[in-house]
Amino acid sequence: MVEVFKGGIPVIDTLQRWYEEFKLEGYGAMIPFIGIVRPDNKIDGLSFDLYLPMLNEWFKKWENLPDAKIMMAHSFGDVMVGETSFLCAVFTKHRREGFKYLEEFVEDFKANAPIWKYDLINGKRIFAKDRAKELKNAGILKEE
Amino acid sequence: MVRVEFLGPIGKEPMEIDVKTLKELKEILNKDENLKEWLKNSAVAVNEKIVSSLDVKLKDGDRVAILPPVCGG
Repeated sequence: MVEVFKGGIPVIDTLQRWYEEFKLEGYGAMIPFIGIVRPDNKIDGLSFDLYLPMLNEWFKKWENLPDAKIMMAHSFGDVMVGETSFLCAVFTKHRREGFKYLEEFVEDFKANAPIWKYDLINGKRIFAKDRAKELKNAGILKEE
Repeated sequence: MVRVEFLGPIGKEPMEIDVKTLKELKEILNKDENLKEWLKNSAVAVNEKIVSSLDVKLKDGDRVAILPPVCGG
């Protein structure tokens, strides 16, 4: 299951908890990725909607890898500049396969996780259309 | 009845609609001018699985989700 947080993710507490949970499970590498909200385009922050049933369905294939453990957390609602909206950690026996998994996992996440991002500017919540990607089979209900 | 949810920026309340196929649903949803624009780039999931064909049969209690372009992280 994806861990979800209203607002920014408590980064250090979450990483600490994951570390404690898996440090004796035979993994020699824990590679965290901390996604921080940047102060681009004069935004005050970002905001997110999640479709949780499908997000968890998507995450299943990454949860049950034979040679790695992946933990993930994501925010919903408002996350201000400097806070963290996406956090994950890959545990593997050695670092090399861990870096590989991290890259593949984040790429798949960006393309397929059912999450919608908005810019927060002057109190307005504006859909980040320019950064959004169509899911596979998009447009299936389009009128011919 | 099928429950149709409109995710993310579409900003429309869920609907309970009496349809038997996605084809029928397509006709009904395209009558809404605002929704029509979103349908051009939205994917469709039935019970949390993205579908690739309109021939999917819908049964009572199925959940359909209209999913506009995504951007997590």
